[in-house]
Amino acid sequence: MAFGPYLLLASLEGLVTAAVLALMALGLSLVFGVMRVVNVAHGEFYMLGAVIAWWSASLISGHPALGFLLALVVSPLIVAAIALLSDRLVLRRLNYEPQATIVATIGLLYIIQQLALTFYGPDARPVQAPFDMRLALPWFGYSAYKLAIIAASIFLIIATWIGLTRTKAGLVMRATQSDPDTAQAFGIPVDRVYAVVFALGAGMAALAAVLIVPIQQAHYLMGQDPLLLSFVVVIIGGLGSLRGTVVAALFIGLSDGIISMFFSPTLAKMLATLLVALVLVFRPQGLFGTAAR
Amino acid sequence: MSAALLVDGINCSYGDVQVLHGLSIEIRSGEVHCLLGRNGAGKTTALRAIMGLVRVRSGKITKDGMELTGLPAHEVPKTGIGYVPQGRRLFTELTVLENLQIGLMTRGKGQTTTDEVLQLFPVLRERLKQRSGTLSGGEQQMLAMARALCLEPDILLLDEPTEGLQPSMIARLREAILALRDRGVSTLLVEQRVDAALSVADRVSFIENGRNRETVDVALLRDDRTLVHRYVGV
Repeated sequence: MAFGPYLLLASLEGLVTAAVLALMALGLSLVFGVMRVVNVAHGEFYMLGAVIAWWSASLISGHPALGFLLALVVSPLIVAAIALLSDRLVLRRLNYEPQATIVATIGLLYIIQQLALTFYGPDARPVQAPFDMRLALPWFGYSAYKLAIIAASIFLIIATWIGLTRTKAGLVMRATQSDPDTAQAFGIPVDRVYAVVFALGAGMAALAAVLIVPIQQAHYLMGQDPLLLSFVVVIIGGLGSLRGTVVAALFIGLSDGIISMFFSPTLAKMLATLLVALVLVFRPQGLFGTAAR
Repeated sequence: MSAALLVDGINCSYGDVQVLHGLSIEIRSGEVHCLLGRNGAGKTTALRAIMGLVRVRSGKITKDGMELTGLPAHEVPKTGIGYVPQGRRLFTELTVLENLQIGLMTRGKGQTTTDEVLQLFPVLRERLKQRSGTLSGGEQQMLAMARALCLEPDILLLDEPTEGLQPSMIARLREAILALRDRGVSTLLVEQRVDAALSVADRVSFIENGRNRETVDVALLRDDRTLVHRYVGV
């Protein structure tokens, strides 16, 4: 194969990574932006999303699309409910203090991970893709499902953007993000907003996981790498900036795909981490973030 | 005249430091009541306590006979209290219109309220789409007032609204406060500038180290500044 098609393949793979990463990082960024909570357990919500997707898909026999669709609905809902519970039982009791919540979510990470190991086991299990179609390009065939992941991610990101900028709920979230005390003085139940945002963030991680699980399999340790990459994306893009998150995810995803294929995956991770270091030194608020007031 | 808002012997602290010691204020319906005192006397804390943003350890706050202490902070404004915090505290990332919308949503007010409020502050009308953080200081203060008025309050809490404003803006603000008084809104005003306070207030309460001292008619202070000297030191 010539260089051009290789680059195309690498870019497509990179776009798939970017699509999933953007969704997951968006959840992380939303939670940090509105609640000032660094959710270290975000990767475990992603893992739970995949595991629950496997479980719900296995409930249904027949066409694989049915199981997948069920997973697409059920998994984010269950994960959001678990996040809601964690918020009520843990985060709220800590008054959302930044340091305390970091330690608490580390604890949450291990609890969820070990529960998954106990009840789901150490195996990696696949979910069948809803459709099995290959797109015949002149140089190679490419999975149509992977293209569908990209499309779904774009759709969800646009929906999130509209939700945040054009709806009342989004306005309330942005006001809470801007100044929680004053938001309360204008009748916004900040407590409830936090609970909803935390559930929403976790639900987005789960959604990303459901999309990826047909090509990656569900495993109890699968949350770790995406968590790291999500932090990379969120730091580069600027915490709390939707646009920054999407741009950074695209950049990290693409460079990961291309560098991994032409050189090595390790080099891709090294460069991403180096970029984070540079951003932290020269532009700590991120490329698209606004400086802390 | 009856009390629109009654602060009755409240104690508040930040951690171990007690800031308010049995503070009582009575705001009569339709008056502009000014709270004067030195820096750190507890004026801002008193307003935050009314809004439920600082926990009241003992004592109680009632509005038209309804107890506010114990309500969650987000329920307090729904009883009809508009709050203009110190330093304006706009939602700076949001546009002017969005800031007003937050105010409108508090008590489910609509377009008529918006129109009335914008009539009072016409400068804002041309800037509805502008991000509020980019407004000038005076415009920001107007917006903070407008946002509070969007919930059609019967009680308005103003925390140093003249801070950092030029004299023409202070005059505009004074007109707005008096216009609201004519509509029957009661105002609790916290001020550092004695002149600004005396020009608009009906009664003045002095507060010192979190305890209240004299409450007097403003006429008394215009002729005799002894109290002002004692509690504010100007």
